[in-house]
Amino acid sequence: MARVLINLPARAKRGQVIEIKTLIAHPMETGYRLDGKGAAIRRDIIKRFVCTYNGEEIFQAELFPAIAANPFIAFCTVATESGELVFSWTDDPGQTQTETRHIAVE
Amino acid sequence: MHPTRRWIVLATASAAFSRFALPADATQATMEEAIRALVGETEPQRGKVKLELPSIVENGNTVPLTVSVDSPMTEADHVVSIHIFDQKNPQPYVAAFKLGPRAGRAQVSTRIRLADSQQVMAIAQLADGSFWSDSADVIVTLAACTEL
Repeated sequence: MARVLINLPARAKRGQVIEIKTLIAHPMETGYRLDGKGAAIRRDIIKRFVCTYNGEEIFQAELFPAIAANPFIAFCTVATESGELVFSWTDDPGQTQTETRHIAVE
Repeated sequence: MHPTRRWIVLATASAAFSRFALPADATQATMEEAIRALVGETEPQRGKVKLELPSIVENGNTVPLTVSVDSPMTEADHVVSIHIFDQKNPQPYVAAFKLGPRAGRAQVSTRIRLADSQQVMAIAQLADGSFWSDSADVIVTLAACTEL
């Protein structure tokens, strides 16, 4: 499991726009680099990131090799109701890492 | 023609160089092609989109970038997607973000790689199907993807 950092307010006012910052530890190997013997290093990137808010998809990103290692993505959403935000990252071999954070809306 | 000694030396030298050559880079043409595949027949208009990234970058391996779009983000008028393109990386596509009225504010930040000094372009698609763009020129001192 890769290390993940997710930054979002623990509580927010209803209707408030909040910013969510996410970062996941990943080499984002481009597939364009060569190893010591001159052979191409196999591509291994995170190609998809999805965020859902109480089951509803609020943000999605499709990433390419030009995204820096340890992909950082920041986006905004409206705090509508208390509940769970689920973040998931999918890499080239198809493995998905999922993290959940709670938000209290008053 | 018989392979002369000079010819053999040149051939082996060029073969050795080509082993280290990186795959074909994106160019202005491939960037335009990638943009065309996204926007189709319509022409992206200038404005509404604001692409922020440093004008001089010391390390091309991580370049902070923020795209914001002037939009009320309502059900009727919101940003559907934001796309980022580059001119001289191995691939012209950098990222695609899908948003909706739930975003509240059309703003996305990430960190990208730049292989050379070049132009970066952001294109946003609105709910009415129109495309808006902004571009920025970046000078890169240390390029990404060059270490072997």
